[in-house]
Amino acid sequence: MSLFEGRELICIRGERRVFAGLDFSLPAGGALLLTGPNGSGKSSLLRLMAGLLKPAAGALLWNGAPVGAEPEDHRARLHYLGHQDGVKPVLSAAENLVFWSGLRGATADGVADALARFDLGNLAAVAGRLLSAGQKRRLALARLLAAPAELWLLDEPGVGLDAASLDRLGGEIARHRKDGGRIVASTHGDLPIGQTETLALDDFAAGPAMESDW
Amino acid sequence: MTAFLGVLGRDLRLALRQLSDASLVVMFFVICAALFPFAVGPEPNLLARIAPGVIAVAALLSVLLSLERLFLADYEDGNLELLVLSPAPLEVIVLAKVLAHWCTTGLPLIVAAPLIALLYDMPAAGLPVMLAALALATPSLSLIGAIGAALTLGARRGGVLILLLVLPLCISVLIFTVAAIDAALASLAAKPHLSILGALLLAALPLAPWASAAALRLALE
Repeated sequence: MSLFEGRELICIRGERRVFAGLDFSLPAGGALLLTGPNGSGKSSLLRLMAGLLKPAAGALLWNGAPVGAEPEDHRARLHYLGHQDGVKPVLSAAENLVFWSGLRGATADGVADALARFDLGNLAAVAGRLLSAGQKRRLALARLLAAPAELWLLDEPGVGLDAASLDRLGGEIARHRKDGGRIVASTHGDLPIGQTETLALDDFAAGPAMESDW
Repeated sequence: MTAFLGVLGRDLRLALRQLSDASLVVMFFVICAALFPFAVGPEPNLLARIAPGVIAVAALLSVLLSLERLFLADYEDGNLELLVLSPAPLEVIVLAKVLAHWCTTGLPLIVAAPLIALLYDMPAAGLPVMLAALALATPSLSLIGAIGAALTLGARRGGVLILLLVLPLCISVLIFTVAAIDAALASLAAKPHLSILGALLLAALPLAPWASAAALRLALE
């Protein structure tokens, strides 16, 4: 059984130690919910898991092998959904999604289905600048379905979604987990994510300021 | 390869839908070159002599001015993270973006350059070499400029900073572009100069995407 795990992770942003001594492990089909106040390092941990940030210390392992050894393999198995939706205003919803799928080496075949599953089917030809904030968010979420990837890293995925869309997201998350996918999500509100392990990041907050070298 | 074509296609499509942005560069090129006669006087001999230099400098400035947006738009709207997280090598993606940038700035400049040559009454003998020199020089400028564009992401006043960083690196391209056209006008062999321009392009082709990719990863940390 493959395992995605982090050991003794330390994250430093600027001069500040955001969290230290953080461990997690995520089996196939598992979900990890990151909670904590603003600035406790939820987004930093997600970026660290994606490989956008390097941990100051500690190890990030997939199946026991460090993910930094084969960064391209790691990038191929993950989806990262950040705060920004990245919808290009002059491209249509479908064109945006086709481009994102192409980036992951996927064909455009899954695009229509992905749009439909987030109830965007009738907006496929609408330009990005005409979409509402919630619709843009759903378009960004449709990325997860258009090109399959095992690990979903979701930074507050529920922001801006109405109740019906949240339910849809919950359904897709459940389906993804049933197929053996893993999810790490940060949230302030309720996320219909099913059985999860919760990682409260304020438990790992570094106490006193780190010693300065100068 | 899918990622390369995808990025190239998307950037070209974006440029096509925002045609006014791309045409600004060509208009800047023409106006910048057309300013010189007002400043140095309308003497035909003098204008014909300075034409190669004016065209090369105006092309250099136009390309560099347009570089600020190369990665900035993707950086601001979150697409840069997706580009970096693509399983395809980031260097390949950078190359696709630079190629799209050249198609939307370098290529139109090459098309507009004969107009400036005509304006300056440059002898027609220099035209083929001028086109060849610009065809070799403008991709180098896009490539070298991409490094500056990647390095200045997140900096305030990035556009001016790019110029300061990149202009010194572009001097060799400038020298040999003008030298090639001057040689052709003097009925001398332009081939050595063109060869050096080609060599500069070949050196920039692997180095610039590699350096830009490193700078982009740093920008997202």
